[in-house]
Amino acid sequence: MGSTIADLKIGECGIIEDFSLNAIPLKLLEMGCLPGQEVELLQVAPFKDPLYIKVNGSYLAIRIETAEKINIIRL
Amino acid sequence: MKKNKVVKLALVGNPNTGKTSLFNQLTGLNQKVGNYPGITVDKKLGKCKISEELTAEVIDLPGTYSINPSTLDETIVLDTLLNKNNSSFPDVVVVVAEVENLKRNLLLFSQIKDLKIPTLLVINMKDQMQRKGISIDIDKLKDELKSEIILISARKKLGIDNLKKEILNYKNWDTTPIANISDKIDADFFKEVENIFSDFSLYKSWLLITQQQHCNFLNKAEQTKIKKFTENKEQIKRYQHKETIYRYQKINEILKKTYLVDKSKATDLRSKLDKILTHKVFGYVFFALVLFLIFQSIFSWATLPMDFIDKMFVDLKVLVKNNLPAGTLTSLITEGIIPGVGGVLIFIPQITILFAFISILEETGYMSRVVFLMDKIMRRFGMGGKSIIPLISGTACAIPAIMASRNISNWRERLITILVVPFTTCSARLPVYAILISIIIPQKHVLGIFNLQGLTLMGLYLLGFTAAILSAILLNYVLKIKHKSLFAIEMPNYKLPSVKNIFYTVVEKVKAFITGAGSIILAISIVLWFLASNGSTNFKNAKEIVSNQNKNINISKKELHKKIASYKLENSYIGMMGKTIEPVIKPMGYDWKIGIALISSFAAREVFVGALATIYNVESDNNNTSTIKQRMASEINQQTGKKRFNFATGMSLLIFYALAMQCMATLAIVKRETKSWKWPILQLIGMSTLAYIISVLTFSFLN
Repeated sequence: MGSTIADLKIGECGIIEDFSLNAIPLKLLEMGCLPGQEVELLQVAPFKDPLYIKVNGSYLAIRIETAEKINIIRL
Repeated sequence: MKKNKVVKLALVGNPNTGKTSLFNQLTGLNQKVGNYPGITVDKKLGKCKISEELTAEVIDLPGTYSINPSTLDETIVLDTLLNKNNSSFPDVVVVVAEVENLKRNLLLFSQIKDLKIPTLLVINMKDQMQRKGISIDIDKLKDELKSEIILISARKKLGIDNLKKEILNYKNWDTTPIANISDKIDADFFKEVENIFSDFSLYKSWLLITQQQHCNFLNKAEQTKIKKFTENKEQIKRYQHKETIYRYQKINEILKKTYLVDKSKATDLRSKLDKILTHKVFGYVFFALVLFLIFQSIFSWATLPMDFIDKMFVDLKVLVKNNLPAGTLTSLITEGIIPGVGGVLIFIPQITILFAFISILEETGYMSRVVFLMDKIMRRFGMGGKSIIPLISGTACAIPAIMASRNISNWRERLITILVVPFTTCSARLPVYAILISIIIPQKHVLGIFNLQGLTLMGLYLLGFTAAILSAILLNYVLKIKHKSLFAIEMPNYKLPSVKNIFYTVVEKVKAFITGAGSIILAISIVLWFLASNGSTNFKNAKEIVSNQNKNINISKKELHKKIASYKLENSYIGMMGKTIEPVIKPMGYDWKIGIALISSFAAREVFVGALATIYNVESDNNNTSTIKQRMASEINQQTGKKRFNFATGMSLLIFYALAMQCMATLAIVKRETKSWKWPILQLIGMSTLAYIISVLTFSFLN
């Protein structure tokens, strides 16, 4: 099993994998969450949901159900 | 004389780019909010003088990350840019981008530019470039994007003149598309797409295919033409993804050559503040403090202007009454119109203060942190993080609050939010609470420091909030609406709020309140006056009947007048209505006079006080200026001989006002926002039944 954004700990980084393409909603892509980009987990709310991430120069908050679908390679 | 030409200009941009600041700079007070036909999104329009010969009609489109819409607000952008019959279809588009996240802003720019509408790129916050270590090779960027670019600072009013000068030249702008989507994705497919419409750009045709469900402006023939392409949904989705990735690749290439950031100059303010403000413990503590500060300010700052407005209208009423000849018209003015207008204006101080605060929270970027902190908690109740803004706004007035729910993209979460917002204690309830509390709760301190009256008020706030949460849980359980939508919010950088933007937001909200609620409140006040000053034959012959009844008794002339007035009220239309509902409201501890006030409260809750004032005023004839509170406190229950507003009746009324759905204006807005009578009717019946049951229980328990 590969890792997803949901597996990151605060301060950790990963690279979004190419085959996440179909799992990432269009709106997230448009907000800069693209395959090949580095993603850093900045902060989580209680129960680890939502997650506050930095990706491709954008600062976003996403829910865990979305984060779990985005495969990454840990750095 | 020179002929003045008009150009239609649309402002488009990501949220938080200062687009609205620019709109305010361009149009000043020369702006108005209208409605888009058929839908409820506010349309912000303004006029701007570009030169002696040219005026721009500026439309401020809702902030969006791309043309592909995911919320109601965003479909407006699509419709305005694609639908030639849209009254705001632009001659010129100005895309406002922010210097720090230029990459993402350029995605939207590239989409719009590919529509082949003359498009100008405006890069905002140029004053921040040096501090953030950003340098841009503008000439090269112009070449690469085949576009004109203007650097501005909307807040510091820099570059606005250059922008106007450039707009004069719009007919000469290059409209070559930036991203050639056909080559990179599926050349054969896009070749066919390109040939569907000879007069549309490739990208426009492609958008019509991908956004078909939002493009109801197409005619039959056009629909048929694209039908064949819209069938393979899977393929469309794949190509949309590829298109977005391709656009970003292209933008990255361009920025590599033109955009440079010196990372050593980057400040760390964001991460430092975020460490505290989004912290699992301190984040919530800070939010609680902010809420406390807001409510504290509303109460301490709004009282003075509210008292002033109140007194002003009482004085005005007396003045008019003393100076106009007695008659129906004077009565209409003093008993119907003046109290009605006063009843609308009295809310403005609270609404102003609350929306000034909310606007500051949004301007600084803090609101997104609140959404982040509250999302999980709110989801337990079927709402979402963004529901927090309507719920807070609801403490001023449910009408702007329900309108603020529009940016919740998940329909289910939005609906539940709309349905429960009217439980939050709006400012219309406060005059009712204030007067009842001051009559039934003694001015005492408990445990040395807590004011008993204050505690009661707080209890009522909590009651409203609890009712909102509990009904949200119930609705979450009952509603069978499935709506998947993505929750992704941007966490903008922190910045200082702009006074100008806050001012315009507040003006807009107050206007929305006055037009949304004001007209209904005023209209019902006038109806109320009519119902109280007309009635059956007994009403018309009141003088004779009462005189005859009292023929043999020796009473003063003054006593007789009181009796006549009282008899008149009983036999007026509204008195008849009050009497009709008396059996129903008796279990709650009310008589027909309170019944009249209850009926009147359908205008807006605070009319309760005004209605009782009217009722007792009419009854006590010349005693107009005596304050309503004393009058209510001295009202006697004819059956028991005790005070009418005793503890049991008072508490029952307080609870009824906390829970019942009584505001016609709110129901009208809910109908508008949900596009169905089903939800406002559910709200009316559900909330009022709940209120009735609890009030009956309260009264029988306390009595």
